[in-house]
Amino acid sequence: MYAVRRWVVRHSRSFEFIYNVFEPVIARLDPLWRGVGYSRVERPVAAVERAVKGLLFDCQMCGQCALSSTGMSCPMNCPKNLRNGPCGGVRANGHCEVKPEMKCVWADAWAGSQQMKGGSKIHIVQKPVDFRLRDTSSWLRVVRRIAEERQARKEAQK
Amino acid sequence: MKFEDEPVPGYSLPILPGHVSPGRLERVLRAGKFAVTSEIDPPDSADPDEVFKRAAIFDGYVDAINATDGSGANCHMSSVGVCSLLTRRGYAMVMQIACRDRNRIAIQGEILGGAAMGVCNIMCLTGDGVQAGDHPQAKPVFDLDSMSLLEIARAMRDEARFQSGRKLASPPRVFLGAAENPFAPPFEWRAYRLAKKVAAGAQFIQTQYCFDVPRLKTFMAQVRDLGLLEGPDRIFILPGVGPLASAKSASWIRDNVPGVHIPDSVIKRLAGAEKQKEEGKKLCIDLIQEIREIEGVSGVHVMAYRQETTVAEIIQTSGVLEGRVPWYPGRDTPSEQQRIQA
Repeated sequence: MYAVRRWVVRHSRSFEFIYNVFEPVIARLDPLWRGVGYSRVERPVAAVERAVKGLLFDCQMCGQCALSSTGMSCPMNCPKNLRNGPCGGVRANGHCEVKPEMKCVWADAWAGSQQMKGGSKIHIVQKPVDFRLRDTSSWLRVVRRIAEERQARKEAQK
Repeated sequence: MKFEDEPVPGYSLPILPGHVSPGRLERVLRAGKFAVTSEIDPPDSADPDEVFKRAAIFDGYVDAINATDGSGANCHMSSVGVCSLLTRRGYAMVMQIACRDRNRIAIQGEILGGAAMGVCNIMCLTGDGVQAGDHPQAKPVFDLDSMSLLEIARAMRDEARFQSGRKLASPPRVFLGAAENPFAPPFEWRAYRLAKKVAAGAQFIQTQYCFDVPRLKTFMAQVRDLGLLEGPDRIFILPGVGPLASAKSASWIRDNVPGVHIPDSVIKRLAGAEKQKEEGKKLCIDLIQEIREIEGVSGVHVMAYRQETTVAEIIQTSGVLEGRVPWYPGRDTPSEQQRIQA
């Protein structure tokens, strides 16, 4: 919902904090996800992720979440799906060129990032979207990566 | 500016050390000359002569010509088509590629095709939304954005590979451009966004129409402070300018063309003039002269949509070429009279 997602961006710092607590918790649950099987938990987790992030961010389930790099403003709500900043068409009042009634997603992203500790991540160039990952869980992907990195570090120490 | 190794039209110049392309635009910019570029209005026609005619009006006044890619989301002859025709005559082209109409498979093919046809400059754009054009019912593609397009084009050139990693037998030798709009919010981010484009591979920038010189000055100061105008990966900035036909058309552009910011003072100046069209040209010349004085500016990009015939006069009167005659077909061929004298 538009009003909710605007509210979230205004409180981007809090949501950054919440996510930074949440991420290690679900990452610790890696043995559980692995036990049940990542492919088997994919659908229920994706459903939860869609519900939660859909409500808060109008998440479009691109499957490669960039929210922590975009001031908690989802770039997939940009009508041009820009992943790297605003286009040149932003109106004088900060609204979207394509949808004049909507505030520019990237104007919001800039404001949101300014309040966040990791706000400077907005300056990093994002890769283009991998459309194969659509409708899959971004959380599980991150968790799996963290677990694999931890595993790799352990192996390296041995 | 005449190069000793001036080739037969249609053939590329040799690539100089520290250069990435065999093009004239890169040479002029790296030589520190004030560059002038303009934009051809691509015809709604399949007649090649129409393209040659529209290019010839810039002869002797511009260092490169942009071929737009469905500008304003309106349908015209394709940029690769216009470029193919004009590079055959030796023109230096800036081929614009917008992400609106094609996915990454088509775009990467276009880069190779353009480069093979002698295009030395590629301008990576996101593109206007389809709602702005004559086919608002079309599907907007936007598989890439201008930033990821820059990265892909740079990897094709420098690493000789597609985004997929598959190797290219011969990479495209292209000078990479991008757009920036210092006149649209969020203002404080615009210079950082430029830095991001430089990081993604941009080497020259053509901006949206500038009618607000103080804003441009602030932007340029930020760009200088970020160190973007120094070193081998420096960026060359060509602010966009153009003549306004009348106060009425200026108001219309302000309200209907995405991203164009025209201050009230400009509209007032036009409205108060007896001959508005003349005043529009004068205003454009004044802007060029003011912009040229800004530290770090490398040239201007003159966009005279539907007034292309005024470009020569504007450049001539502004005096920015300082007597330099940019190459055009026939420039170095002696005329009949010179031949008789010789």
